[in-house]
Amino acid sequence: MNGPVAGQPDNPPALPRRAWVEQVMGMPVSIHLRGAGVDTPAAARAVEQAFEIVRDMDSVFSTYRDDSDLVRLRRGQVQLEQCSPLVEESLRIGQQAEALTKGAFTTLLPTGEGDLAFDPTGLVKGWAVDRASTPLRQLRGVSFCINAGGDLLVGAHEDLPVSGPQAIQWRVGIEDPRDRQRIASTLTLARGAVATSGTAARGAHLYDPMRGEPVGRAGSVTVTGPTLLWADIWATALFVGSQATREAFATSATDYLSTAL
Amino acid sequence: MRRIVLWAMSTITVLVLLFSYSTSRSSTAVVAAEGRQVTTTSKTSESSGSSSGSSSASSGDSSGQEPAADAGTADDTSDTGAASGTTGSTGSSGSSGSSGSSGSGSSSGSGSTTVEGDAVMTRFGNVQVKITVAGGKITAAEVLQVPWEDRHDQMINSRAVPVYNEETVQAQSAAIDVVSGATVTWEGYTQSLQSAIDRANI
Repeated sequence: MNGPVAGQPDNPPALPRRAWVEQVMGMPVSIHLRGAGVDTPAAARAVEQAFEIVRDMDSVFSTYRDDSDLVRLRRGQVQLEQCSPLVEESLRIGQQAEALTKGAFTTLLPTGEGDLAFDPTGLVKGWAVDRASTPLRQLRGVSFCINAGGDLLVGAHEDLPVSGPQAIQWRVGIEDPRDRQRIASTLTLARGAVATSGTAARGAHLYDPMRGEPVGRAGSVTVTGPTLLWADIWATALFVGSQATREAFATSATDYLSTAL
Repeated sequence: MRRIVLWAMSTITVLVLLFSYSTSRSSTAVVAAEGRQVTTTSKTSESSGSSSGSSSASSGDSSGQEPAADAGTADDTSDTGAASGTTGSTGSSGSSGSSGSSGSGSSSGSGSTTVEGDAVMTRFGNVQVKITVAGGKITAAEVLQVPWEDRHDQMINSRAVPVYNEETVQAQSAAIDVVSGATVTWEGYTQSLQSAIDRANI
């Protein structure tokens, strides 16, 4: 069993590296860059643009800010057409996700007063990170990792290979849901998203739409694949979902892999 | 076409908004204390009592009791003694809770003991591990069976599991570039592994 270890990083240790961290959407968002050009002004600008995209998404979708498009829409202060076009798109994605996951993912969530309201929070984070990656992909010779509160996206300029000695690989530790200081598993990737859903970090914050109640079970589900939007949606759905959801995942999300801890 | 889409979207919005006002407290307040616990599942269980006591290890004797830890949770402390037979699969509706009682062991001289845990049926499939204990510490861990529930699990497990084995031995000291886990709040972040990694590179 001590055979080839997939996770062994082949990168030269001297590869320059930098990290930036900001609090956005109430959580830590860190951007790591690796490669020759990480200390250039262009890199700093791209990182700033990436954070700006996430902040913009927050100003549209925050459920905590009175002036967000979402809150004003819910209160009837604006019509859908007056909102950012992202809101309409989030409705569409939410419906698509609900259908694909056989109802295990929903954008109709309890408000805290016992009501249900349109709340795309569960998809906004992954989507924001996917969008924020655009400026980072323009940096020649640079590989990046955006980690938004435990869900992350790895990518690179197209001139960097996906495999081989020249590829910049990221070694991702999957947290042990029962002891958050421990790593239960690792995987290595040069491109792609990793999303983990579970109850470990914040107690029961995942909602089971079929039962209409928070999920109480322990453990976590990790999904990897091309986009963080869908990796995150599926991680949530597989954590709360039933056999039907798992079958839907196997047949429809063919670019994505899951594992449960 | 554009207008139709817009119309459809605004209809949806109206429905959504209606929804948000019409349903009242009762719908979500049903929280079931009973129903919920049953589904707590599967792969959790024995993370605490992972390996048999160190005494049996040093004496080169394998007193079974192996934990049948699942692929996600072997424990490298190994001082907790007798993993009780109540494995995680007990509660999860329907799956048989075959408890980890009679592991088969083999002594390999020099005070190290290799023990195979029983295969445990979890909601995700059978899980079985083999560990080697020397001087009261797990020095090697091998997963004999992991759930091959479907193609997806199989692919990711085949990649993740060998790495995990190595890291059990290395006691988490392996270099990790980034951590994925359940959503971290800003408050929780400061103590997290990820924040340590971030600080090292800022």
